[in-house]
Amino acid sequence: MSEAARTLPRDPRPFEATPKLSVRDLVSTRRSTSGERVTAVDGVSFDVHVGEFVCLLGPSGSGKTSILNILAGLDVLTSGSVSLDGAPITGPGPDRAVLFQEPALFPWLSVVANIELALRLIGVGTAERGARARHWLENVGLSGFANVQPHELSAGMRQRAQLARALACDPDVVLGDEPFGALDAQARELLQDEVQRVWAEHEGRPKTFLFVTHNVREAALLADRILVLSAAPGHLIEEIRIDAAHPRQLDDVLVARVVTDVHELLMREVDKAGPS
Amino acid sequence: MRKAVRELGPPLVGIAGLILVWWIAAALTSSPALPTPATVWSAFLRGMRDGTIPEAAFKTLIRLLFSFAMAIALGTLIGVGLALNEFARRSIRPLIVALQITPFIAWLPLAVVWFGATERAVVFVTIVGAFPSMTLATMSAMRQVPPLLRRAGRTLGAESWELYRFVIFPAALPGYVGGLQQAWGFAWKALMAAELIVVAAGRVGLGQLLARSQDDVPTLLAALGVIVVIGVLVDYLIFNRLDRRIRRRRGLLIEG
Repeated sequence: MSEAARTLPRDPRPFEATPKLSVRDLVSTRRSTSGERVTAVDGVSFDVHVGEFVCLLGPSGSGKTSILNILAGLDVLTSGSVSLDGAPITGPGPDRAVLFQEPALFPWLSVVANIELALRLIGVGTAERGARARHWLENVGLSGFANVQPHELSAGMRQRAQLARALACDPDVVLGDEPFGALDAQARELLQDEVQRVWAEHEGRPKTFLFVTHNVREAALLADRILVLSAAPGHLIEEIRIDAAHPRQLDDVLVARVVTDVHELLMREVDKAGPS
Repeated sequence: MRKAVRELGPPLVGIAGLILVWWIAAALTSSPALPTPATVWSAFLRGMRDGTIPEAAFKTLIRLLFSFAMAIALGTLIGVGLALNEFARRSIRPLIVALQITPFIAWLPLAVVWFGATERAVVFVTIVGAFPSMTLATMSAMRQVPPLLRRAGRTLGAESWELYRFVIFPAALPGYVGGLQQAWGFAWKALMAAELIVVAAGRVGLGQLLARSQDDVPTLLAALGVIVVIGVLVDYLIFNRLDRRIRRRRGLLIEG
C-alpha cells in the first residue's frame, strides 16, 4: 500500500476538531498494598484522532495500563478528565473494545460462541450473529477453530480469537493492554501483521487504535504516533510521529531508526528510575 | 471397553478385597454378630422380595429429594445474596459458618420439640445439615470469578443483570457444582442420622430399617449396604460426572 492510499487523517482536520479520545491533566493515584498513596499517572494530556494508531510506550510502572483502564471505563481517575468524542467517559462500553494481555475469552463457550455472545450483548439479532462471527474468525485465520474451546487454542490463536471478538462488534476504538506481550516472537509478529491489516482495511467504522506496550519495536511497527511515558509517576516525555506507510516491516529504515532513538530514550528513563 | 476396565477395575478390586477380608473374618469368628457376605446377600434378596428394602429406599429418597431441593434453593438464594452484598456477607456469613460447623444432629432434639417425632423433624434436620455448605459454596464460587472475565464482560457491554447472566453465573458454575456435591453428602448423612433416631416418623425409611434391625444383623448389613450404594452412585453418576464434564469443557481437568 502506498503512502497516498492511506486516507486516514494524520492531523486533526478542522471538520474533525473533536478528537476521538481526549486525555486532559490525568492524574491517577491508587493505594498500594502497604496502604500508602502511590501516584501512577501524574498529569498526562494527549489526544487520539479518528483512525489514528497510537502507542503508549513506557517502562513498567509508568502508569500506561492505568491510562488505558481509565479510557476503557474500567477504573476511575483521581483528577483531570478523559473523553470520547468530546463526552466524558463514565464507564465501559462496546464502543471501546479492549484487548487484554491475557485473552479474556469465556472458557465455557466455544470460540464462535464467544463472539456470538459479544454480538448478542450489543443487540445483534440471532440470525446475523453466526454469520458475522464466522466472518471475523475467517478474517483472523481461525475459521477451522470455530467450535473449539478456548483452552484448546495456542496463546497466539487465543489472542486472534480475542481480536476477532473485539472487531466483530465494530467498535470505534480498540484499546490494547500489551495484547501481544505474553506471546512468543513468531506469534507476536503474526498478530502485529494481522492488526496492521485490519486497521488499514478498517472494515465497518474507521477504527482508532490505542495500544499500551513496553516493546519499542512493536510501537515503531504499528503506531502513527508514539507517546513515551516517563518512569513512575508517569508523565509524557516525548511524542514521536512516524510517517511511514503500513504495513511496515521491522527492517524498514525509518522503523529501525525510530526503534534506536526510542530505545535510547527509554534506557535513560529506566536509569533515572534507578534499580527497582 | 478398555476404558471401562481401566476406570472400574481398581475400585472393583478394592471391593472384592473388602468382601474377602469380611468373609474370612466371618468364617473365623462364626458369630451371629458378623454374618458372612452370603447370609447378608440372601437377607438382601429377601428384603427385596418382601418389599421392605425397596419401600424403605423409596421413602428415604422422597424425603431426600425434597430436603435436598429445599437446601439447594435456600443455599443458592442466600449464597447469591451474600456474594452481592457486603453488609449481608459480614452480618450473615458468620451465622452460616456457625451452622455449618455445628453437628447437624444436635438440632434434632429441638426439631422434635417443634415438630414432634414426625416427617417434618427429619426434613428439618436434613435441610439444616445441607444448606449451610450450599450457601458458602455458592458465595465463594461467585466471589472467585476471575476479575478479568468480569472486566471483559463489562467492556463487551454487559450491564448489571446481563453481566450476571452471561458472565458471573456461568463462570461460577464449577464451584457451584462442587457445592452441590458437598451438600448432597451432608444431606445424605443428616437424613440417615435423623431417620435412625426418629423411628416413629411416618413410613419406614432406610435409617429406620437400620434402627429396627438390631436383632437381625443380616438385614441390618443389607440395609447399610443399600445406603452406601445409593450414596456412592448418586455422587459418582450425577455429581462427579457433571463436575468432570464442566471441567473438561473449560480445560480445568487434569487427566490421569
